[in-house]
Amino acid sequence: MINKIVQTLEQAVAGIEDGATVLVGGFGGAGQPMALIDAMITQGAKDLVIVNNNAGNAEVGLAALMKAGRVRKVICSFPRQADSYVFDELYRAGKIELELVPQGTLAERVRAGGAGIGGFYTRTGVGTMLAQGKEVRTIDGEDYLLEAPITADVALIKAKCGDRWGNLIYNKTARNFGPVHATAAKLTIAQVDDIAELGELDPEAVVTPGIFVQRVVQVQS
Amino acid sequence: MKRLSRDEIAQRLAKDIPEGAYVNLGIGLPTKVANYLPKDKEIFLHSENGVLGMGPAPAEDQQDWDLINAGKQPVTLLKGGSFFHHADSFGMMRGGHLDICVLGAFQVSRHGDLANWHTGEPDAIPAVGGAMDLAAGARSVYVMMELQTRDGQSKLVDQCTYPLTGLKCVSRIYTDYGVFQIEGNGVVRVVDDCANAGLEQLKVITGLDLIA
Repeated sequence: MINKIVQTLEQAVAGIEDGATVLVGGFGGAGQPMALIDAMITQGAKDLVIVNNNAGNAEVGLAALMKAGRVRKVICSFPRQADSYVFDELYRAGKIELELVPQGTLAERVRAGGAGIGGFYTRTGVGTMLAQGKEVRTIDGEDYLLEAPITADVALIKAKCGDRWGNLIYNKTARNFGPVHATAAKLTIAQVDDIAELGELDPEAVVTPGIFVQRVVQVQS
Repeated sequence: MKRLSRDEIAQRLAKDIPEGAYVNLGIGLPTKVANYLPKDKEIFLHSENGVLGMGPAPAEDQQDWDLINAGKQPVTLLKGGSFFHHADSFGMMRGGHLDICVLGAFQVSRHGDLANWHTGEPDAIPAVGGAMDLAAGARSVYVMMELQTRDGQSKLVDQCTYPLTGLKCVSRIYTDYGVFQIEGNGVVRVVDDCANAGLEQLKVITGLDLIA
Protein backbone atom coordinates (compact mmCIF):
# COMPACT_ATOMS: atom_id res chain seq x y z
CA MET A 1 0.00 0.00 0.00
CA ILE A 2 1.28 3.44 -0.91
CA ASN A 3 0.94 6.01 1.83
CA LYS A 4 2.62 9.39 1.33
CA ILE A 5 1.15 10.79 4.52
CA VAL A 6 3.74 11.32 7.23
CA GLN A 7 2.75 11.84 10.83
CA THR A 8 5.09 14.61 11.94
CA LEU A 9 6.61 17.78 10.54
CA GLU A 10 10.02 16.39 11.48
CA GLN A 11 9.45 13.41 9.18
CA ALA A 12 8.09 15.74 6.52
CA VAL A 13 11.32 17.74 6.19
CA ALA A 14 13.78 14.93 6.98
CA GLY A 15 16.76 14.65 4.66
CA ILE A 16 16.83 18.19 3.24
CA GLU A 17 20.52 18.84 2.66
CA ASP A 18 22.74 21.89 3.02
CA GLY A 19 22.92 23.84 -0.23
CA ALA A 20 19.52 22.62 -1.43
CA THR A 21 17.41 24.66 -3.83
CA VAL A 22 13.95 24.91 -2.29
CA LEU A 23 10.81 26.09 -4.08
CA VAL A 24 8.47 27.62 -1.54
CA GLY A 25 4.79 28.20 -2.34
CA GLY A 26 2.92 31.34 -1.40
CA PHE A 27 2.13 34.87 -2.49
CA GLY A 28 2.84 36.92 0.60
CA GLY A 29 1.23 34.90 3.39
CA ALA A 30 -1.43 33.18 1.25
CA GLY A 31 -0.29 29.63 0.53
CA GLN A 32 3.01 29.99 2.39
CA PRO A 33 3.66 26.66 4.17
CA MET A 34 4.57 28.22 7.52
CA ALA A 35 4.68 24.96 9.49
CA LEU A 36 7.05 23.32 6.98
CA ILE A 37 9.33 26.35 7.01
CA ASP A 38 9.39 26.35 10.82
CA ALA A 39 10.21 22.64 10.70
CA MET A 40 13.12 23.40 8.35
CA ILE A 41 14.49 25.91 10.82
CA THR A 42 14.54 23.13 13.42
CA GLN A 43 15.86 20.61 10.89
CA GLY A 44 18.90 22.82 10.30
CA ALA A 45 19.71 22.73 6.56
CA LYS A 46 21.75 25.80 5.55
CA ASP A 47 23.18 27.59 2.49
CA LEU A 48 19.75 27.27 0.93
CA VAL A 49 18.61 28.82 -2.33
CA ILE A 50 14.97 29.84 -1.89
CA VAL A 51 12.58 30.37 -4.80
CA ASN A 52 9.44 32.28 -3.82
CA ASN A 53 7.48 35.24 -5.14
CA ASN A 54 8.56 37.37 -2.18
CA ALA A 55 11.37 37.49 0.36
CA GLY A 56 9.50 37.06 3.61
CA ASN A 57 7.27 39.16 5.83
CA ALA A 58 7.86 40.36 9.39
CA GLU A 59 9.72 37.61 11.25
CA VAL A 60 7.65 34.56 10.42
CA GLY A 61 7.96 31.86 7.76
CA LEU A 62 10.57 32.68 5.13
CA ALA A 63 11.71 35.77 7.03
CA ALA A 64 12.40 33.63 10.10
CA LEU A 65 14.42 31.17 7.96
CA MET A 66 16.49 34.09 6.63
CA LYS A 67 16.90 35.58 10.08
CA ALA A 68 18.24 32.21 11.25
CA GLY A 69 20.99 32.62 8.62
CA ARG A 70 20.02 29.58 6.53
CA VAL A 71 19.48 31.27 3.19
CA ARG A 72 22.33 32.02 0.79
CA LYS A 73 20.27 33.27 -2.14
CA VAL A 74 16.70 34.28 -2.95
CA ILE A 75 15.19 34.00 -6.43
CA CYS A 76 12.02 36.10 -6.43
CA SER A 77 10.02 38.80 -8.18
CA PHE A 78 9.09 41.16 -5.36
CA PRO A 79 11.39 41.26 -2.30
CA ARG A 80 10.57 44.77 -1.16
CA GLN A 81 7.46 45.08 0.98
CA ALA A 82 6.37 47.18 3.93
CA ASP A 83 7.40 44.44 6.37
CA SER A 84 10.31 42.78 4.54
CA TYR A 85 12.88 44.26 6.92
CA VAL A 86 14.69 40.97 7.61
CA PHE A 87 15.54 40.53 3.93
CA ASP A 88 16.26 44.25 3.48
CA GLU A 89 18.89 44.25 6.23
CA LEU A 90 20.58 41.04 5.04
CA TYR A 91 20.61 42.32 1.44
CA ARG A 92 22.05 45.73 2.36
CA ALA A 93 24.69 44.01 4.52
CA GLY A 94 25.66 41.82 1.54
CA LYS A 95 24.72 38.67 3.43
CA ILE A 96 22.16 37.40 0.96
CA GLU A 97 22.15 37.19 -2.82
CA LEU A 98 19.14 38.26 -4.89
CA GLU A 99 18.14 37.08 -8.36
CA LEU A 100 15.24 39.27 -9.44
CA VAL A 101 12.88 37.67 -11.96
CA PRO A 102 9.63 39.06 -13.39
CA GLN A 103 6.77 37.21 -11.74
CA GLY A 104 5.41 35.49 -14.84
CA THR A 105 8.90 34.55 -15.99
CA LEU A 106 9.52 33.05 -12.54
CA ALA A 107 6.35 30.94 -12.73
CA GLU A 108 7.11 29.86 -16.29
CA ARG A 109 10.74 28.99 -15.51
CA VAL A 110 9.52 26.67 -12.76
CA ARG A 111 6.77 25.30 -15.01
CA ALA A 112 9.38 24.63 -17.70
CA GLY A 113 11.60 22.92 -15.15
CA GLY A 114 8.77 20.65 -14.09
CA ALA A 115 7.69 19.91 -17.65
CA GLY A 116 11.13 19.02 -19.01
CA ILE A 117 11.38 22.11 -21.19
CA GLY A 118 14.95 23.32 -21.68
CA GLY A 119 14.06 27.03 -21.77
CA PHE A 120 11.65 29.36 -23.51
CA TYR A 121 11.46 32.70 -25.26
CA THR A 122 9.34 35.46 -23.74
CA ARG A 123 8.65 39.11 -24.58
CA THR A 124 8.65 39.98 -20.88
CA GLY A 125 11.64 42.12 -19.96
CA VAL A 126 12.88 42.90 -23.49
CA GLY A 127 14.85 46.15 -23.50
CA THR A 128 15.06 46.35 -19.68
CA MET A 129 17.81 45.92 -17.07
CA LEU A 130 16.59 42.38 -16.50
CA ALA A 131 17.46 41.44 -20.09
CA GLN A 132 21.18 41.87 -19.43
CA GLY A 133 23.18 38.83 -20.46
CA LYS A 134 20.20 37.07 -22.03
CA GLU A 135 19.96 35.89 -25.62
CA VAL A 136 17.51 37.95 -27.70
CA ARG A 137 15.79 36.27 -30.61
CA THR A 138 13.47 37.88 -33.13
CA ILE A 139 10.46 35.68 -33.86
CA ASP A 140 7.87 36.91 -36.40
CA GLY A 141 9.27 40.42 -36.08
CA GLU A 142 9.10 40.56 -32.26
CA ASP A 143 12.04 40.37 -29.85
CA TYR A 144 12.04 37.67 -27.19
CA LEU A 145 14.40 36.79 -24.33
CA LEU A 146 15.66 33.27 -23.70
CA GLU A 147 14.89 32.16 -20.13
CA ALA A 148 16.23 29.05 -18.41
CA PRO A 149 14.18 26.47 -16.53
CA ILE A 150 14.31 26.16 -12.74
CA THR A 151 14.37 22.78 -11.05
CA ALA A 152 14.88 22.13 -7.37
CA ASP A 153 15.79 19.58 -4.76
CA VAL A 154 12.75 20.30 -2.64
CA ALA A 155 9.37 22.03 -2.92
CA LEU A 156 7.44 23.10 0.16
CA ILE A 157 3.82 23.90 -0.60
CA LYS A 158 0.53 24.39 1.19
CA ALA A 159 -2.75 22.87 0.04
CA LYS A 160 -6.22 22.61 1.48
CA CYS A 161 -6.63 18.87 1.27
CA GLY A 162 -4.59 15.83 0.25
CA ASP A 163 -4.94 12.05 0.17
CA ARG A 164 -2.47 9.22 0.74
CA TRP A 165 -1.54 9.11 -2.96
CA GLY A 166 -0.57 12.80 -2.80
CA ASN A 167 -3.49 14.24 -4.79
CA LEU A 168 -4.09 17.84 -3.77
CA ILE A 169 -6.70 20.56 -3.93
CA TYR A 170 -6.06 24.15 -2.85
CA ASN A 171 -7.94 27.04 -1.25
CA LYS A 172 -8.76 30.12 -3.34
CA THR A 173 -5.74 32.36 -4.07
CA ALA A 174 -3.58 30.31 -1.70
CA ARG A 175 -3.14 28.06 -4.77
CA ASN A 176 -0.78 30.54 -6.53
CA PHE A 177 2.64 28.88 -7.11
CA GLY A 178 1.80 25.58 -5.35
CA PRO A 179 0.77 23.48 -8.35
CA VAL A 180 3.70 24.81 -10.40
CA HIS A 181 6.32 24.27 -7.69
CA ALA A 182 5.02 20.75 -7.04
CA THR A 183 6.08 19.69 -10.53
CA ALA A 184 9.67 20.92 -10.45
CA ALA A 185 11.28 19.37 -7.36
CA LYS A 186 12.74 15.94 -6.67
CA LEU A 187 11.01 15.99 -3.28
CA THR A 188 7.67 17.80 -2.99
CA ILE A 189 6.29 18.14 0.51
CA ALA A 190 2.73 19.38 0.98
CA GLN A 191 1.35 20.84 4.17
CA VAL A 192 -2.44 20.30 4.12
CA ASP A 193 -5.30 21.41 6.36
CA ASP A 194 -7.25 18.21 5.83
CA ILE A 195 -6.65 14.61 4.79
CA ALA A 196 -9.16 12.92 2.47
CA GLU A 197 -9.76 9.20 2.13
CA LEU A 198 -8.68 7.82 -1.23
CA GLY A 199 -11.55 8.46 -3.67
CA GLU A 200 -13.03 11.31 -1.67
CA LEU A 201 -11.43 14.03 -3.80
CA ASP A 202 -13.38 14.56 -7.02
CA PRO A 203 -11.00 13.39 -9.79
CA GLU A 204 -12.32 16.23 -11.98
CA ALA A 205 -11.29 18.75 -9.32
CA VAL A 206 -7.83 17.43 -8.36
CA VAL A 207 -5.39 20.26 -9.11
CA THR A 208 -2.10 18.52 -8.37
CA PRO A 209 -2.09 14.82 -9.26
CA GLY A 210 -0.19 12.66 -6.76
CA ILE A 211 2.66 11.88 -9.18
CA PHE A 212 4.12 15.29 -8.27
CA VAL A 213 3.97 14.82 -4.49
CA GLN A 214 6.19 12.67 -2.27
CA ARG A 215 5.09 13.60 1.25
CA VAL A 216 1.88 14.98 2.77
CA VAL A 217 1.59 16.22 6.33
CA GLN A 218 -1.55 17.46 8.02
CA VAL A 219 -1.25 20.74 9.91
CA GLN A 220 -4.50 21.97 11.36
CA SER A 221 -4.89 25.69 10.76
CA MET B 1 -8.64 75.24 -15.14
CA LYS B 2 -9.32 72.54 -12.57
CA ARG B 3 -7.17 69.43 -12.52
CA LEU B 4 -8.78 66.06 -11.79
CA SER B 5 -8.42 64.42 -8.38
CA ARG B 6 -7.08 60.88 -8.24
CA ASP B 7 -10.61 59.58 -7.90
CA GLU B 8 -11.72 61.64 -10.89
CA ILE B 9 -8.87 60.18 -12.99
CA ALA B 10 -10.05 56.70 -11.98
CA GLN B 11 -13.61 57.66 -12.89
CA ARG B 12 -12.54 59.02 -16.29
CA LEU B 13 -10.58 55.84 -17.06
CA ALA B 14 -13.42 53.55 -15.93
CA LYS B 15 -15.69 55.16 -18.58
CA ASP B 16 -13.42 53.77 -21.33
CA ILE B 17 -13.65 50.13 -20.24
CA PRO B 18 -16.22 48.29 -22.34
CA GLU B 19 -18.54 45.52 -21.22
CA GLY B 20 -16.96 42.07 -21.42
CA ALA B 21 -13.39 43.35 -21.08
CA TYR B 22 -10.84 41.28 -19.15
CA VAL B 23 -8.95 43.85 -17.09
CA ASN B 24 -6.01 43.81 -14.69
CA LEU B 25 -5.68 46.76 -12.32
CA GLY B 26 -2.13 47.25 -11.04
CA ILE B 27 -1.38 47.87 -7.39
CA GLY B 28 -1.59 51.41 -6.02
CA LEU B 29 -3.52 54.15 -7.83
CA PRO B 30 -5.07 51.86 -10.52
CA THR B 31 -7.02 49.87 -7.90
CA LYS B 32 -9.24 52.96 -7.54
CA VAL B 33 -10.67 52.25 -11.02
CA ALA B 34 -12.60 49.30 -9.55
CA ASN B 35 -14.71 51.74 -7.52
CA TYR B 36 -16.02 53.43 -10.68
CA LEU B 37 -16.72 50.53 -13.06
CA PRO B 38 -20.27 50.95 -14.35
CA LYS B 39 -22.65 48.75 -12.37
CA ASP B 40 -24.74 47.94 -15.43
CA LYS B 41 -21.84 46.33 -17.36
CA GLU B 42 -20.15 42.99 -16.74
CA ILE B 43 -16.36 43.50 -16.64
CA PHE B 44 -13.97 40.74 -15.60
CA LEU B 45 -11.23 41.76 -13.19
CA HIS B 46 -8.09 39.61 -13.25
CA SER B 47 -5.57 39.46 -10.42
CA GLU B 48 -2.08 38.11 -11.10
CA ASN B 49 -2.23 35.79 -8.09
CA GLY B 50 -4.83 33.64 -9.77
CA VAL B 51 -8.31 35.17 -9.87
CA LEU B 52 -10.79 36.07 -12.59
CA GLY B 53 -14.03 37.71 -11.54
CA MET B 54 -12.57 39.52 -8.57
CA GLY B 55 -15.11 41.45 -6.52
CA PRO B 56 -14.84 44.35 -4.07
CA ALA B 57 -13.26 44.28 -0.63
CA PRO B 58 -15.25 42.34 1.96
CA ALA B 59 -16.64 43.69 5.22
CA GLU B 60 -14.01 43.53 7.94
CA ASP B 61 -15.57 40.50 9.63
CA GLN B 62 -15.70 38.64 6.28
CA GLN B 63 -11.99 38.91 5.44
CA ASP B 64 -10.36 35.73 4.14
CA TRP B 65 -6.56 35.90 3.91
CA ASP B 66 -6.59 33.07 1.37
CA LEU B 67 -8.57 35.36 -0.97
CA ILE B 68 -6.39 38.37 -1.70
CA ASN B 69 -5.43 40.62 -4.61
CA ALA B 70 -2.01 41.50 -6.05
CA GLY B 71 -1.58 44.14 -3.34
CA LYS B 72 -2.18 41.34 -0.79
CA GLN B 73 -5.42 42.90 0.45
CA PRO B 74 -8.56 40.80 1.05
CA VAL B 75 -11.05 40.75 -1.84
CA THR B 76 -14.15 38.76 -2.80
CA LEU B 77 -15.05 36.52 -5.72
CA LEU B 78 -18.05 37.30 -7.91
CA LYS B 79 -20.47 34.56 -8.96
CA GLY B 80 -18.85 32.86 -11.95
CA GLY B 81 -15.34 33.74 -10.81
CA SER B 82 -12.49 31.25 -10.88
CA PHE B 83 -9.08 30.44 -9.40
CA PHE B 84 -5.96 29.19 -11.22
CA HIS B 85 -2.27 28.83 -10.59
CA HIS B 86 0.46 31.36 -11.30
CA ALA B 87 1.74 29.91 -14.58
CA ASP B 88 -1.79 29.99 -16.03
CA SER B 89 -2.36 33.48 -14.66
CA PHE B 90 0.70 34.88 -16.41
CA GLY B 91 -0.06 32.82 -19.51
CA MET B 92 -3.27 34.86 -19.69
CA MET B 93 -1.14 38.02 -19.79
CA ARG B 94 1.63 36.98 -22.15
CA GLY B 95 -0.80 35.12 -24.39
CA GLY B 96 -2.69 38.33 -25.13
CA HIS B 97 -5.90 37.25 -23.42
CA LEU B 98 -6.17 40.31 -21.18
CA ASP B 99 -7.80 43.23 -22.97
CA ILE B 100 -6.57 46.02 -20.71
CA CYS B 101 -4.16 46.50 -17.87
CA VAL B 102 -3.91 49.72 -15.90
CA LEU B 103 -0.56 50.58 -14.35
CA GLY B 104 0.98 53.42 -12.42
CA ALA B 105 4.18 55.01 -13.75
CA PHE B 106 7.22 57.08 -12.90
CA GLN B 107 7.55 58.04 -16.56
CA VAL B 108 6.05 57.28 -19.97
CA SER B 109 7.86 58.30 -23.15
CA ARG B 110 6.20 59.68 -26.27
CA HIS B 111 6.95 56.30 -27.89
CA GLY B 112 5.00 54.49 -25.18
CA ASP B 113 8.03 53.22 -23.25
CA LEU B 114 7.10 52.64 -19.61
CA ALA B 115 9.20 53.11 -16.46
CA ASN B 116 7.37 52.07 -13.30
CA TRP B 117 9.35 49.49 -11.31
CA HIS B 118 12.66 50.91 -10.12
CA THR B 119 14.02 54.34 -9.31
CA GLY B 120 17.50 53.14 -10.23
CA GLU B 121 18.96 54.61 -7.04
CA PRO B 122 21.94 52.57 -5.89
CA ASP B 123 20.57 51.75 -2.43
CA ALA B 124 17.07 50.86 -3.69
CA ILE B 125 16.08 47.21 -3.40
CA PRO B 126 14.63 46.38 -6.81
CA ALA B 127 11.23 44.68 -6.97
CA VAL B 128 9.48 44.02 -10.28
CA GLY B 129 6.52 41.73 -9.49
CA GLY B 130 4.24 41.33 -12.49
CA ALA B 131 4.83 44.76 -14.03
CA MET B 132 7.03 43.61 -16.93
CA ASP B 133 4.71 40.70 -17.74
CA LEU B 134 1.68 43.00 -17.86
CA ALA B 135 3.51 45.60 -19.94
CA ALA B 136 4.61 42.98 -22.45
CA GLY B 137 1.43 40.93 -22.45
CA ALA B 138 -1.80 42.91 -22.11
CA ARG B 139 -3.37 43.95 -25.43
CA SER B 140 -3.75 47.54 -24.23
CA VAL B 141 -1.65 49.09 -21.48
CA TYR B 142 -3.23 52.15 -19.88
CA VAL B 143 -1.21 54.26 -17.49
CA MET B 144 -2.82 56.25 -14.70
CA MET B 145 -0.67 58.93 -13.12
CA GLU B 146 -0.38 62.58 -12.22
CA LEU B 147 1.15 64.40 -15.20
CA GLN B 148 3.86 66.07 -13.15
CA THR B 149 6.17 65.12 -10.30
CA ARG B 150 5.90 67.04 -7.03
CA ASP B 151 8.61 69.43 -8.23
CA GLY B 152 6.76 70.11 -11.46
CA GLN B 153 8.59 67.90 -13.96
CA SER B 154 6.52 66.19 -16.63
CA LYS B 155 6.26 62.42 -16.31
CA LEU B 156 5.24 62.22 -19.96
CA VAL B 157 8.68 62.60 -21.52
CA ASP B 158 10.71 62.46 -24.70
CA GLN B 159 12.87 59.61 -23.34
CA CYS B 160 12.55 57.78 -20.01
CA THR B 161 15.45 58.33 -17.62
CA TYR B 162 14.28 55.72 -15.07
CA PRO B 163 14.92 52.01 -15.74
CA LEU B 164 12.39 50.66 -18.24
CA THR B 165 9.58 48.21 -17.56
CA GLY B 166 8.70 47.72 -21.21
CA LEU B 167 9.31 49.21 -24.65
CA LYS B 168 6.54 50.79 -26.77
CA CYS B 169 3.83 49.17 -24.67
CA VAL B 170 1.64 52.04 -23.39
CA SER B 171 -1.31 53.13 -25.53
CA ARG B 172 -3.11 55.62 -23.28
CA ILE B 173 -2.22 57.82 -20.33
CA TYR B 174 -4.89 59.07 -17.93
CA THR B 175 -3.73 62.06 -15.89
CA ASP B 176 -4.99 64.91 -13.75
CA TYR B 177 -4.79 67.15 -16.85
CA GLY B 178 -6.46 64.78 -19.28
CA VAL B 179 -6.10 61.76 -21.51
CA PHE B 180 -3.20 61.26 -23.91
CA GLN B 181 -2.98 58.69 -26.70
CA ILE B 182 0.34 57.27 -27.96
CA GLU B 183 -0.13 57.28 -31.72
CA GLY B 184 3.14 55.67 -32.81
CA ASN B 185 6.30 57.20 -34.32
CA GLY B 186 6.62 59.39 -31.24
CA VAL B 187 3.35 61.23 -31.82
CA VAL B 188 1.17 61.96 -28.78
CA ARG B 189 -2.42 63.14 -29.15
CA VAL B 190 -4.51 64.87 -26.51
CA VAL B 191 -7.82 63.00 -26.65
CA ASP B 192 -9.49 64.65 -23.69
CA ASP B 193 -8.39 67.98 -22.20
CA CYS B 194 -10.24 67.26 -18.95
CA ALA B 195 -8.82 70.25 -17.02
CA ASN B 196 -9.32 72.70 -19.94
CA ALA B 197 -5.64 73.58 -19.87
CA GLY B 198 -5.55 73.99 -23.65
CA LEU B 199 -3.18 72.36 -26.12
CA GLU B 200 -0.55 75.11 -25.91
CA GLN B 201 -0.22 74.87 -22.13
CA LEU B 202 -0.04 71.06 -22.28
CA LYS B 203 2.80 71.43 -24.79
CA VAL B 204 4.61 73.69 -22.34
CA ILE B 205 4.07 71.35 -19.39
CA THR B 206 5.23 68.24 -21.24
CA GLY B 207 7.81 69.85 -23.51
CA LEU B 208 6.36 67.70 -26.31
CA ASP B 209 4.91 68.68 -29.67
CA LEU B 210 1.45 67.32 -28.88
CA ILE B 211 -1.38 67.14 -31.39
CA ALA B 212 -5.09 67.56 -30.75
